[in-house]
Order: sequence, then structure tokens, then C-alpha cells
Amino acid sequence: MRRLIQAVLGVTLLILLTSLTALAQSAEPIKIGVYEPMTGAMAAGGQMTWEGIALAHEMQPTVLGRPIKLILVDNKSDKVESANAVARLVEQEKVVAIIGSYGSSNSIAGGDVAEKAGIPMVTDSATNPLVTQGKKFVFRACFIDPFQGEVMAKYAFHNLKLTKVAILKDVAQDYSVGLANYFKKTFTKLTGDPKSVVAEVAYQTGDQDFTAQLTQVISSKAEALFVPGYFGDAALIAKQLRQLGSKIPILGGDALDAPELMSIGGKAVEGVTISSFYSAEAPANEVARKFVAAYKSKYGKTPNANAALGFDTYNMVVDAIRRAGSTDPKAIRDALATTKGFIGVTGSITIDENGDATKDAVILRVENGVFRYVTTIHP
Amino acid sequence: MTWVVFLQNVANGLSLGSLYALVAIGYTMVYGILRLINFAHGDIFMLGAYALFYLVLVFTLPWWLSFIIAIVITAIMGVLVERAAYRPLRNAPRISALISAIGVSFFLENVGLVVFGGRPKPFAVPQFFTQDYSIGAVRIMNLTWVIPVLSMALLLGLMYLVYRTKAGLAMRAISHDMETSRLMAIDVNRTISLTFAVGSALAAAGGIMWALKYPQINPLMGIIPGLKAFIAAVLGGIGSIPGAMLGGFLLGMMEIMLVAFLPALSGFRDAFAFLVLIVILLVKPSGLMGQEVKEKV
Repeated sequence: MRRLIQAVLGVTLLILLTSLTALAQSAEPIKIGVYEPMTGAMAAGGQMTWEGIALAHEMQPTVLGRPIKLILVDNKSDKVESANAVARLVEQEKVVAIIGSYGSSNSIAGGDVAEKAGIPMVTDSATNPLVTQGKKFVFRACFIDPFQGEVMAKYAFHNLKLTKVAILKDVAQDYSVGLANYFKKTFTKLTGDPKSVVAEVAYQTGDQDFTAQLTQVISSKAEALFVPGYFGDAALIAKQLRQLGSKIPILGGDALDAPELMSIGGKAVEGVTISSFYSAEAPANEVARKFVAAYKSKYGKTPNANAALGFDTYNMVVDAIRRAGSTDPKAIRDALATTKGFIGVTGSITIDENGDATKDAVILRVENGVFRYVTTIHP
Repeated sequence: MTWVVFLQNVANGLSLGSLYALVAIGYTMVYGILRLINFAHGDIFMLGAYALFYLVLVFTLPWWLSFIIAIVITAIMGVLVERAAYRPLRNAPRISALISAIGVSFFLENVGLVVFGGRPKPFAVPQFFTQDYSIGAVRIMNLTWVIPVLSMALLLGLMYLVYRTKAGLAMRAISHDMETSRLMAIDVNRTISLTFAVGSALAAAGGIMWALKYPQINPLMGIIPGLKAFIAAVLGGIGSIPGAMLGGFLLGMMEIMLVAFLPALSGFRDAFAFLVLIVILLVKPSGLMGQEVKEKV
């Protein structure tokens, strides 16, 4: 009898213990790492992305019955810091998935670390093809630069009827060098003249004086200037170009989409035309309308494309965890790779065999100090 | 290259070079007197720009008054930095003070990131400075001549201070021999504080002019100008005040002309500036206007 009681007691204890650990486990948060440029030259882009991620987290704070914990690390707009940030998220924080980063060079450096560690990473707005190339664990929520370069080249040729353009690129940024090349490739093909890019000059992240390059651009008699750089540089470039007396139109890519372009550039950036991921003025679907309203009530301003992509990327990762039904990084990776028709603020996201998303681009133009929607271009 | 393009580039070069020169004369002055390469100079430069930014934003004072107050505030900060980070190391080996300077530089940058935020801020520029006009086909704005003129005026003022006043005499005495100066009843601490106040005021003037020309300020904005000014100071002969001015103009002109004549190399402008530094150190370490210093054993 005594032995029986002992046995029953033992079994009950065992059951109690296992159920307790299971309970503890279910309450334990799922960690998702985020690395973004919160300081440095790209800080505006990183901070707006983070606002979008934080909003999405607020609206969807749990998955698989467990709370989600976001861990943010600042990569200081720097490649080396990005690699360090991802290493820290993987090794110290033991995250199951990673979001980031604004800036292709940052994402390439961070993606290498994530790939080696076997932790899935989804970049919000890094558009350079090299970010996902040859990597099984890296995905993106945005379109890629071969498409974006084509969009702007076609817009310049067909809509603006340009036949001679100049390019001013940042040689320290993979994004800038890549986008400049894709633009040039399509534009010279459209005009049929390999010399239709009449000047191609460069600068380096951190440069603030562009007068020599712009003097070169002006003397080349270009009809427009394509600036595939980041918003802060572009604002100074626009200012200096106008101060040198040139009135030619300025074209750019998605990295110009930040309020800093207007606050720093002022009157000089009026008419600047860019390609981007989304416009709050032309919401693609119901999700986008809800997002714009929620963002406005939380932050008191209109969301830009980076906030929208941050929002989408978080939801995409959470959706993958839900479909995987587990927090195993490998299972999440497989779920991400089979993302199909995921409806986000920036349109429908389907991940192809390279880990990239094929999406529409929008054309925006600065009018009276704000970006106005011009048109949508389908791939 | 046509004449018009060339002249435009000369104007561009003068304008950039005078900014380098303005920062470099403060750099070289501190070195000349203390034999300390103040690596925090670029960050003091940043503080100057932020001081003006907040004075205009918060107190909405008239522009010229904010300018003066910002320079005074920055000068005080420079003195505080010296008091906290360099004075305790006065008798330590020179390398300790140098490392301390690097520490101060990182400290100021990161405090800046926390206090001012990492996002670049637009710097309000009064209409007068950006008013532009054409001379022939060359485009000039008021800043293009204001900065060189201000640099020249500050250079002359500094030369007067160092070579014609009693305080300047004390500075030069300390640069020769600190111990003996003390025996001659020179108040070494006060003179060095004054040196830092003047050096930091020059950095502030440079930072403000820089922000007027490139109206985007962030807490890391001082790093590249600080390095470029260092190169300019070495090029002109570190410790020599007119040399720093010359070095600044030369460096600015060389950078612009590199891009103008070899546009394919325009992305390598910074590499070129550092190449100039290496060549000068190898070929003529004392710089263009520096004097060979014979170490007495």
C-alpha cells in the first residue's frame, strides 16, 4: 500500500512538473531581433522603419500563444556594426528570426552572419540583388534594384523625354553603385546611344561638398541628374546644384524617401522625382488604409515607405512563424521561403526562388515640400 | 575643360579650402603650444554647430547674437575638456594625453548621439549667406567669399594674439619650456586654458561656417572635417599658424581639382587626401612652413 501511494505520488509529481515546464515555456516570449540604423547618416530611414515595426508589434504582439519580444540593436549606418549587431542577436539574445536592415551594404554584411548561423533574416528595404544572392536564410519584403533602375530609366526616357542624363553615385554604398548601373544599362538601351549617360561622377559616404562633381555634370550639358544615393546626400546635392545655377530635374531612388530630404533641401528639392515602394496617398488595399490610420494616430504624421515596409516585414515574419507552427529557425526559414500572396501595406508579397519579392513601384514627386503620388508601375 | 568650368572649380576649391583652413588653424595652434594633437577638435567643431542650432531654435535670438553666444559656449566647453581630460595628464607621457584626446572625441560623439539624437538636423541658414549671383558664367554665393574673409580675419587676429600680446608671449614661452615658464611666474594653467578657449572658439566658428555651407548637422559631422583639418595642418607644417591656413587652401583646391580633372577618380577623394598626408610625412615631415625642431638631449 505504501509503495502504491509512493508510486502514485511520484507520477503525479512528474505530471505536475512537466505541465509546469510546459506552462513556463508557453509563457516565455519568442524573440525576434531587429537591426536598423538608429544613428548615423541613415538614421532617418532606420528610425522610420522601426516605427513601422513597433506599430505592427503593438497590433500583433503574440504568435503560437506566446508573446513576441522585439530586440533592437543599432547598426550605426555601418557595415561592420551591422555584422556585429547580427552576431549579438544570434549569439547573445538567441533570437529565432531577424528583421533588417535599411541600407543594402548593412544588409549584405548582416545577412552573411545570419546565413552562417542559420537564422532566417528578412530585410525590409535593402534593394541590392546581392543581399539575397546565394543565401538560403535571407529574404526581402521589397523589390530589387534591376527593376527599380529600369523603372526610373523608362520614366526618364518615356515620360520626361530625356536623352542625356548624368549620374552622381556614392561609391561606398552597394545600393548606390548597383542602382546607378541598372539605371545606366536600361537608359542606354532605350536611347540606343551608349554615350547618353553624359557624365558619371562619384562621391563617398560622408562627403558634403559636391561642387566639383556638379560642375562636371553642368558642363556635360546633361538634361537631368540621377542621384541613386541616400536622402541626406541628395538634399545637399540638390542645394549645391541649384546654387551652381543649374535648373535640371533631379531623379532618384527609394532611399530619397525621407522627410529630411525636404527639411534639409528646402526649395532646392522641389520637383525631385523618385521611385519608391508605396504612397500613403494611394493605398493599395484595405491593410494599407488601416495601417495609415493607425500610424497617424500613434505618431501624428504620415508614414513613408520605410515605415510601411517595417510594418510588412514584421507581419511577414510572424505569419511565417504561425505557418511553421514552431520557433525552430529552420522551420521558420522554410515557411518564409513559401510565402505566397501575403497581403501587406506595400502590396502582395510572394517570395521567389532567390528569396526576393516582386512588387509594384510608385513614382513620387516633391511638390510644396511633400512627396506627392504620381503613378504606379507594375513589374 | 573650358575656362569657365576651370574658374568655377577655382571658386569651389577656395570655398572648400577656406573651411579646412578655418578648422586647421585652431588645430595647429593647440599643437604648437602644447605639442598635443587634439583629436577632439572635430567634435568641438560639432558642438559649435549644435550650440548655434539650439540657440536659434529655442531662444530665437537674432542671428549674429546667437553666433557670438555659440562661440562663447563652445570655448567654455573646450576649457572644461582641457580641465577634465588633459590637465591631469600634464606631466604624463605625451602619448597618454593623445589617447585621452581620442577618448574625449568618442565621448563627445556618443553624448551627442544621446542628447541630440542620431537623425541629421536641418540647419537654418539666413538668406544673406545663400544669396547667389553670377560673375561672368561663374556662380558665387555670399558664403563663398564670407568664409575666406572670416578665415583671414581670424588668422590675423590669432597671429596678433600669439605674437603681439603678453598672453601670446606666455603661450610661446610655454611651448618652449613649460617648467622654466613656471619659474618665470607665468600662470601655466591659465595660459593653457586660454589656448583651449581660443582653439575651441575657432573650431566653433569653423563648425558654424561648415553647417551654413552644408546645412545638415549630425553628431558625427566633425569626424571627416577634423581629419581633413589635421591633414591640412600637417601639410602646412603642424604648429605653424599661417602654414595651416596655406595647407587648408591647398588641400581644398587639390581635392576639387582631382575631381575636376579626373572625374573617374571622384570617389577616391578622401583616399587622395590621406595620400597627401602620407607623402608629406615621408618627404617633408615638417610640412611646407614648419620649422625643423632639433630635440635637445
